[in-house]
Amino acid sequence: MYIDDSIISKEEKIIFTLRALYSAAGYTGYRMNKFEAYDLYMRNKDFLVSDGVITFTDTNGRLMALKPDVTLSIVKNSRYESGHTERLYYDEKVYRPARPGDPFREITQMGLENLGDIGNGDITGVLSLALQSLKALTESFVLDVSCMDLLSLVLDEMNAAGDTRIALLNAVKEKAVHEIRSICEKNGIEKCDLLLSLLKCEGRAKDVLEGEALKALCEKCEAALPVVENLKSILVPLENENINLDFSVQSDMRYYNGIVFSGFMEGIPSAVLRGGQYDRLVKRVGKKGGAIGFALYLDLLE
Amino acid sequence: MLNVALPKGRLGEKVLAMFEKAGWECPEIHEPGRKLIFENAENQVRYFWVKPSDVAIYVERGAADIGVCGKDILLEYAPDVYELLDLKTGICRMAVAAPKGFTDPKDRALRVATKFGSITSRHYASTGREIDMIHLNGSIELAPILKLSDVIVDIVETGTTLRENDLEVIENIVPISARLIANKASYKFKSGVIDAIRRSIEEQITEA
Repeated sequence: MYIDDSIISKEEKIIFTLRALYSAAGYTGYRMNKFEAYDLYMRNKDFLVSDGVITFTDTNGRLMALKPDVTLSIVKNSRYESGHTERLYYDEKVYRPARPGDPFREITQMGLENLGDIGNGDITGVLSLALQSLKALTESFVLDVSCMDLLSLVLDEMNAAGDTRIALLNAVKEKAVHEIRSICEKNGIEKCDLLLSLLKCEGRAKDVLEGEALKALCEKCEAALPVVENLKSILVPLENENINLDFSVQSDMRYYNGIVFSGFMEGIPSAVLRGGQYDRLVKRVGKKGGAIGFALYLDLLE
Repeated sequence: MLNVALPKGRLGEKVLAMFEKAGWECPEIHEPGRKLIFENAENQVRYFWVKPSDVAIYVERGAADIGVCGKDILLEYAPDVYELLDLKTGICRMAVAAPKGFTDPKDRALRVATKFGSITSRHYASTGREIDMIHLNGSIELAPILKLSDVIVDIVETGTTLRENDLEVIENIVPISARLIANKASYKFKSGVIDAIRRSIEEQITEA
């Protein structure tokens, strides 16, 4: 049956395009129920974009929630098989405030998840699909990539713990160099330069990976060298001009580890794509293996 | 074109001078009139004056690529922006003030009047003190005088208003100054010009 292109909405066109992209890459569509037991979100509320969850009591008296997130449900329903990686994609409506304090909204979210025994090849593959997803939407885009392990290692090397570590992480997220200096001075942290050196490692990935700033960091902190080599082995095969290294990109360390990333499109004021490795979430939910994935927030494209 | 949101008032005038000294002049902005937006097509910059507490919203939502606002606003509303530079101007502090001779009534919740609800909540949560917060939008100093509150949490610059109303600072919460902020997406696509402005203003601050 012929369908006139003009009756397909912009959002539908994007969904069809990305479905085709993910299917061709070997991902299987994942359809889920709109509801989930509330306790899943209550136990992992910091993983969610916002605390707000719409709840209701089911006919059996159980407290349920309208899904505010997709990843948690996929992780909960996944089954680990040694040596196997489950590759799933979804396009779903989620119900949550767009940001803390805002009213509830229905948000169309599209994304994919890799669960199981994740290797560097899987991570490169997911980053490649994130790049292809952005390219399908616009010509002008950037994928900012960071490495939580490297950031964590630098903070360990600085002996930054507890509230000081949280304050430093917030300052890194805001690229607030003056705040980093002030926090270090106030808390007697001597290796402040180490964190400032990491923040200087910013720009086009292929330039930064071969640049002096990253070399200088590895000279100051030898433990960083294997993490940087691993990062190179993930990013170099992509050979893409649109990948930036930016260590201000971060996600909650209780859930995320390794590579995290954010995608930006010119003309849209916030990240339209977010993703990363979330092995720690998988462990918290009581499952084996690792995981990496990303979500595209289609409401931001309206 | 780089869109810059500046806070109306003395601070904004001072910051505009820093931008112009850095090479991003805009003669139109000095002409008398009721225009809201001022543009210099030659050096690709557009300025607009907004209420100081709104600067962060303009920047976070991408209506402005960069802007200048007080650290108090950033702490209160936690906008998702980059905080690129401490401009070391508009210096003041967020403090708890009370009538002279005040003693904390520890057997009940402390009544605190403020327009900075988030900063106040976080401060007292960190000390474990139970409070009854009273949200006001202005003339905060009036609240303890009329026994509406026990103390206030507000910005203190010279302390003159407090002294003239028999109030005094009993605790400093956090130092405040003006910050250069940037929209996260704008920074990805205009980092060259934004970094050039940041570096130039940073040099002016260091020289001063």
